[in-house]
Amino acid sequence: MPDRRLTILGLGLLAACAFFLFWGLKGPAGFILELRATKLAALLLVGAAVGISTVVFQTVTGNRILTPSIMGFDSLFLLVQSLMVLTMGGLGYVMTDGPAKFLLDTGLMMAASLMLFTLLMGRGRGDLHRMILAGVIIGLFFRSMTAFVLRLIDPSEFSVVQQVMFASFGAVDTTQLAIAAVLFLAVFAAIWKLAPALDIVALGRDSAVGLGLRYDRLAMVLLLLVSALVAVSTALVGPISFLGLLVAALAHEVVKTPRHVLLLPAAALIAGLVLVIGQGVFERLLGLQSTLAVIIEFFGGLLFLYLVMGGRRR
Amino acid sequence: MITVRNLSHRIGSAEILHDLSLDFPKDGITAIIGPNGAGKSTLMGLMARLVPIQTGKVEIDGHCVAKTRTEALARRMAIVTQRVGVASRLRVGDLVGFGRWPHHHGRPRDEDHAAVERALAAFDLTELRDRFLDELSGGQNQRAFIAMGLAQETDWLLLDEPLNNLDMYHARALMARIHALSREGGRSVVMVVHDINYAAAWADHIVALENGRLAFEGAPREVLTAERLSRLFGMEIGVEEIGGRPTVLHHA
Ligand SMILES: Nc1ncnc2c1ncn2[C@@H]1O[C@H](COP(=O)(O)OP(=O)(O)OP(=O)(O)O)[C@@H](O)[C@H]1O
Ligand SMILES: [Mg+2]
Repeated sequence: MPDRRLTILGLGLLAACAFFLFWGLKGPAGFILELRATKLAALLLVGAAVGISTVVFQTVTGNRILTPSIMGFDSLFLLVQSLMVLTMGGLGYVMTDGPAKFLLDTGLMMAASLMLFTLLMGRGRGDLHRMILAGVIIGLFFRSMTAFVLRLIDPSEFSVVQQVMFASFGAVDTTQLAIAAVLFLAVFAAIWKLAPALDIVALGRDSAVGLGLRYDRLAMVLLLLVSALVAVSTALVGPISFLGLLVAALAHEVVKTPRHVLLLPAAALIAGLVLVIGQGVFERLLGLQSTLAVIIEFFGGLLFLYLVMGGRRR
Repeated sequence: MITVRNLSHRIGSAEILHDLSLDFPKDGITAIIGPNGAGKSTLMGLMARLVPIQTGKVEIDGHCVAKTRTEALARRMAIVTQRVGVASRLRVGDLVGFGRWPHHHGRPRDEDHAAVERALAAFDLTELRDRFLDELSGGQNQRAFIAMGLAQETDWLLLDEPLNNLDMYHARALMARIHALSREGGRSVVMVVHDINYAAAWADHIVALENGRLAFEGAPREVLTAERLSRLFGMEIGVEEIGGRPTVLHHA
């Protein structure tokens, strides 16, 4: 059943994609189109991964404020990257770039985030304050560790690390993109099958168990899938802390039902819209290259503050 | 029948339930009474597999709770816990609809919609069905969650302090509703009740817990005596017979 709101979002996204691809097209059209199409695919993929993973994460943890990246995921990514530069040297680090490193990054991120989540989930569900505190502390820990590692790195190699510090859609490798797409589709298929059960998970553990859900196992599986999605997107373009928060909040606002068959596609579409329009406007109209991530962080950060200050907790 | 055998439960070093053995008879209402912290909710949670059983055994109509598939148990028993509340913005109708999950697992059919309608009507919620839960009063909220348990249409209904927040009218209506279910609907109800007079008026069987042990059990007329209740709650309690029922006078 095609929902009206989803249809509108979908049409909007199509229009945005067309604008992104064809606006101001001149010169060798075939070549430029190919470049743009690759970038567009990366934007859509990352958007869908971030949007869906955030909605699922918030449902499982029973809160609307925390997202995987706010929980220190991005800082973990930076730490791993700077450790790699430290141990292999700037040149070695650049040389390893390729499908193998991408898979390694993804695997590492998944393992680490899963550890993080289980640690926090132990007794913490519903205890929002404890989770926020833990998230902030863990994020801080990883950031200081990263700062420490950066001190040890040769100043001349510092720029290599700096490049991965902010998300960039500038140079996305097509092979990596293909691997990421396959991973994403597999994970998405799994999450989609669990979408109705997610509605029940949102009721909280007691109600969910009472209704016959294998809650503990399901929560683990869901968090594993979330880690996979976040890992894919972080390894592909780098950390985007607040995009997920922004998108999940918008998705809940637009769909206005707790049904995940609507929420999940809405989050994916909205994230795509934000990224494609944002990147399109910055590149095509303003001629700027790399400021989108900063803008998203700015507005996402504001929203985070608003939510934490207790604007609308539900 | 729900049989509880040698059930013990500890949290950390504190022993919450001590080697508890008792039966909840089928068909009818069993009221669990006892002071705060006696272990009533813990017992309910163990019976409804919300908390894993550490030692002992619980069987529900011959099915061991620890070994039966949780999906199958959800079609035998519904539980409404003492502390309900959801993080997400939910409408009353959707919440009650989730009670049908054990029967359809995501694909509701006509009979599921019908069951939801019945449950909404039973608790005066039909007009509130499109309201969000966080826009309801405490009592309306409580009724919505009980309606969800009712919509599950199971042989057993476990209710932890269902009368919380309810006004006199709705408390009475709830008890009458549950009573009718247990008589005509062939359902068995176990509920935690703090107001002994409700237990005396509606329950067929009383189970009293004290410090994680069984204090006494039996028919209300036999066990609800001034002497037993005074000892259970550690205060002077008078019991008078009014209209053929024991009536507790705790303000006397
Ligand atoms: N998570 C926990 N950690 C430690 N002790 C606990 C925990 N949960 C419950 N208890 C203790 O277990 C005992 C029984 O608690 P339970 O909730 O079963 O009581 P209850 O009979 O339902 O009380 P009430 O009438 O107040 O609802 C109490 O003494 C309580 O302090
Ligand atoms: Mg209790």
